[in-house]
Amino acid sequence: MNQQKPMIELRQIRKSYGSHEVLKGIDLVVPRGKIVSIIGPSGSGKSTLLRSINMLEETSSGEIWLDGQQVNRPLKGRVFEKHINHIRQEMGMVFQQFNLFPHLTVLQNIMIGPMRLKGLTKTAARDRANALLAKVGLADKGQAYPARLSGGQKQRVAIARALAMQPKVMLFDEATSALDPELVEEVNQVMKQLVSEHMTMLIVTHEMRFAAEVSDHVLFMDGGVVVEQGDPRQILSNPIEERTRVFLRKHLSN
Amino acid sequence: MSFDFSVVWSYSQLLLTGLLWTIFITVLAGSISILLGIVIATTTLYGSRIASLPMRGIIFLFMGTPLLLQLYLLYYGLSQVGIMLPAFWTGVIGLGLHYAAYNADIFQASLKAVDPGQMEAARSLGFSRGATRRYFIIPQAVLTALPQVGNNSIILLKDTAVLSVLGISELVLDAQRAISETYRPFEFYFTAALLYYVVNLAMEFMLSIAGRKTEEIR
Amino acid sequence: MDFQLMGQILPFMAEASLLTVSLTVYSLVIGLFVAMIVAMGRFSSVKPIRWVATAYVSIMRGTPLLVQLFIIFFGGPQFGLDLKPFSAGVLTMGLNIGAYMSEGIKGSIIAVDKGQTEASRSLGFGRFDTMRLFIFPQAAALMIRSLGVNTVILAKSTALVSTIGVVELTYSAQRFVTSTYKPFEVFAVAGAAYIVIVGAILLTVRGLEHLFDAHRKAAA
Repeated sequence: MNQQKPMIELRQIRKSYGSHEVLKGIDLVVPRGKIVSIIGPSGSGKSTLLRSINMLEETSSGEIWLDGQQVNRPLKGRVFEKHINHIRQEMGMVFQQFNLFPHLTVLQNIMIGPMRLKGLTKTAARDRANALLAKVGLADKGQAYPARLSGGQKQRVAIARALAMQPKVMLFDEATSALDPELVEEVNQVMKQLVSEHMTMLIVTHEMRFAAEVSDHVLFMDGGVVVEQGDPRQILSNPIEERTRVFLRKHLSN
Repeated sequence: MSFDFSVVWSYSQLLLTGLLWTIFITVLAGSISILLGIVIATTTLYGSRIASLPMRGIIFLFMGTPLLLQLYLLYYGLSQVGIMLPAFWTGVIGLGLHYAAYNADIFQASLKAVDPGQMEAARSLGFSRGATRRYFIIPQAVLTALPQVGNNSIILLKDTAVLSVLGISELVLDAQRAISETYRPFEFYFTAALLYYVVNLAMEFMLSIAGRKTEEIR
Repeated sequence: MDFQLMGQILPFMAEASLLTVSLTVYSLVIGLFVAMIVAMGRFSSVKPIRWVATAYVSIMRGTPLLVQLFIIFFGGPQFGLDLKPFSAGVLTMGLNIGAYMSEGIKGSIIAVDKGQTEASRSLGFGRFDTMRLFIFPQAAALMIRSLGVNTVILAKSTALVSTIGVVELTYSAQRFVTSTYKPFEVFAVAGAAYIVIVGAILLTVRGLEHLFDAHRKAAA
């Protein structure tokens, strides 16, 4: 029996825009070192759920826990700012639109977090950044500005930037959705490498095959609820719920 | 009708000194206008409403009335309230304030235009709101504003001529000194215009180089 | 604040603003005329005409208005061009703002031109008809905006004419300041007068924009 606390635990997360409820009481557990994927149609609330874990989206109710600490503690003002800034340093986030800092070089993009937030010296931060760039296969791009990179390269830099903070968990929000098809694989490769290193990951994706290949656990979300969850092979090849079947038929055919 | 440009040559020292002052004033007032422009833009956008409302009013007043009138107000007004400032600094500050309003207008627009994803990316790394603005939002806004702010600085160069009205030594006032000795207004004003034009072209050239550099970043 | 003084100088300042307005209007008329000719020159098929037009814009925009004013007013007599201050002011400001306005016209035409000229010419319309029937009507709304911005700049630059002795708003204000030693009161009245003038220009521009928009929508 595993006595360790889960890395991420969500309890009854709800969120509304006005009278429209987009998350209707979600429970989710991501155990340490495991990969969990969330699939579902657009508008199902899966991205909102992921973004609410590091409070880029505010939730209406429910509890969010990271490694035994509550993320959405009822704090106010500066105290909350300090708390959330600290929590966010422990969660790496990768965005669909990369969101690299265009005025900084690739190397500076990766170095600025560790230097400004973790107090690393410039030399230490540069060493760490160079090691990460080598890991994502972009050792020669350190001096380039993001505008000079392809989408796939940008996303790999964004992953390196998040890893530079040495997070406990990585959150991927449709990391390959904005990429041309031929560039998807290079980003998937980097993610697979993280899997092999036992990084805890929560992945929102529309790539069913990739989800099935890397995940320990898959959730299917629709209309703000978790419709079905379980072993990826079971969910993707033999779903129980009719909504899951309809969705998969549409998305696995192409 | 007779022109005699040879007389200009014997005053070349005076005119070049005037030109140097003109450039110096442009650099000083230009720096004030850019730094203050950033401060005004950030306080109007990020500051409390109590700070931002009067700022907006001041921008409107500065943009809606002539530079010369503002310079006169500063020139006579400061001494009225007991502040004795040399005319030179009155002129530099007046010019800087005037263009700070124009630059603030541009910086506001470019701050608003920064991709919201930048805020999210920095916040997700753990940067505070203030640090995100300082390290990511404001530097990007300054870069996108550069072409227009540079243009304002070129317009500012030409408006330094107005400071001659306050008796501040620069190119126009030095030309007038030469004219009062030689009675050759056309030759000296024409030469002054030529010198402004050369500096103007140089500034345009520098701006185009800077523009090409920032293009790489976008 | 000495409100009594402000009340006393108000009638004089109102009169001076009329002079500021007429400086603006006369300069605007000359400026629009110059702008049209220069803009046509910049689209000319004859290279030297294009060069002359481009050089004109570059020089007028590359040198201070105040120096241009002094060249014409103080240097003019050396050519036998002996103008009254008001005329020298209006002429200089017209020539100057004309260069700026021609850039606005050129920019608006270029903004519209993409594909429109090719379409029109391929139908067999001539250059002039293409401009008159297709480009200009579409560019008009854009032009009005940039002409409006330049008219505001023009109205404010009329203050420079005070330096050659035209007793417009700024000159009157300065006179009152030296006689009353009340700079804040006097300049507040003068500033308000400029704001009213600038506001009137902006409102006119907005009205014209609406007119053209309505016109375009009705036509479409």
